[in-house]
Amino acid sequence: MHDRAVRRRRAVLVALVAASLILLTAYFGESSNGGGLHSAQRGAMGVLAPIQEGANRVLKPVRDFFGWFGDTLHAKGQRDQYKRERDQLRAQLAQAQYQLNVARQEAGLKKADVTAGLDRYGPVKASVYVRSPNAFYQTVEIDKGSSDGIEVGDPVVAGDPASGDGGLVGQVKTAIGGSAVVTLITDQDFTVAAYSGAQQVPGTVQPAIGAPGDMEFAPISTINQVHVGDLVSTAGTISSSRSLQSPYPGGIPIGTVKSIDPGQADLDTHIHVTPAADVRHVSVVQVLTNPHPGGTS
Amino acid sequence: MTLTRRSALRLVLIGLIGGLVQLGAISQLTVFGVPADLSPLLVAAVGFYGGSLAGAGFGFGLGLFVDISLFQTLGVSSLAFTAVGYGAGRFRELRDPAHGLAPVLVGAVGTAVSVIGFALLQFLLGVDAPVSLLLLRQILLTIVLNTLIALPIFAIVRRLLLRYMPDDPRRRRRRAYTTGGLSPLTRA
Repeated sequence: MHDRAVRRRRAVLVALVAASLILLTAYFGESSNGGGLHSAQRGAMGVLAPIQEGANRVLKPVRDFFGWFGDTLHAKGQRDQYKRERDQLRAQLAQAQYQLNVARQEAGLKKADVTAGLDRYGPVKASVYVRSPNAFYQTVEIDKGSSDGIEVGDPVVAGDPASGDGGLVGQVKTAIGGSAVVTLITDQDFTVAAYSGAQQVPGTVQPAIGAPGDMEFAPISTINQVHVGDLVSTAGTISSSRSLQSPYPGGIPIGTVKSIDPGQADLDTHIHVTPAADVRHVSVVQVLTNPHPGGTS
Repeated sequence: MTLTRRSALRLVLIGLIGGLVQLGAISQLTVFGVPADLSPLLVAAVGFYGGSLAGAGFGFGLGLFVDISLFQTLGVSSLAFTAVGYGAGRFRELRDPAHGLAPVLVGAVGTAVSVIGFALLQFLLGVDAPVSLLLLRQILLTIVLNTLIALPIFAIVRRLLLRYMPDDPRRRRRRAYTTGGLSPLTRA
């Protein structure tokens, strides 16, 4: 009885394995188009397809229910990945914007060198590495100093990344071996002799009181000759007396007349000037180490 | 397991419904990019509870169904599943494991034999698939997932086949103690 069961079991196993191998060999050997097994498989698939489709629809809620968990986990993973990518791209964008800003400022300086002839004033290029964090001291520190020929009082110019033009940004306040402190033109202690417009109206430019970043032009002669849009540039007074001579070469743009607030008299009138250089965001400057070539320095 | 017309019909229904659930739902639910595979678990469970003959026959039939449904080479899944069903049945017939976690072991080994055997047969047939880390990862994850769901699947199959099964060791022990004849305590 036991032997019979064993024989039967083995016979069934051998038969099934043989059937599998025969199926496999025959299926593998015949062409996929004209073979009998392929045709039978296609026929069976034709019968099973509607059943499978129906089962697929019936099981869709189950699939969606379980899929929701997977999708949620997947979405969380994707969110974290995209956050990382966003942070990387932000860092790249910040770097690119910084480089673009520097490039534009350098272009502005180059343009100023050519158009305003700043080359002859012995320009030394420097990078700003420290900015004064408060509004009371409008100063920056640059990475060039006395060892590069920079002296106290040397004018400092910079390019404007927006307009591509250059202009006066300040004056060297202190210079040591490899660095210097520059007082910006928006500092409350800053005053510079200037001319305004085509008529070259003489006057002085100084920061507007209580309005950081704003400057005012105070003409010596009549105010009527000053107009909105006039270019204000350094006067560059030359004198044999060192105490009377301007530390700035003449013709360096300071800014443009933005608006004129008329008062009851000339003394009450305020002429607002927008700086030519972007003083707040300046990062590359040129120090004019020889502001009076051929004269007293 | 007594193979009658009704038990055979029940096996066919288990295979058909199990195959449809596998193809319609389970295969589309992925964990770490890999779906579980009910088919080898069903075959192993039928072999484990129904015996080697039922297991081998069920494996052959379900393999054929899978091969037809997925338009695969006929006979590959049949061969792998026949081996799984027969092996699970023989394990039960020879060892008669009574441990509650035996289905987990049988499910894991059955899945491993199935997926590795299927991959080997495909390679032998010359399917151009590189033995990559991705393939190994998929095989390993399928085995892990199937191991995790083996207990409920085996429990369901056992419940479905209970009427046609010979007494299992646990029920046999329970009845022996209650009748008083075979309890070791009584003998002592």
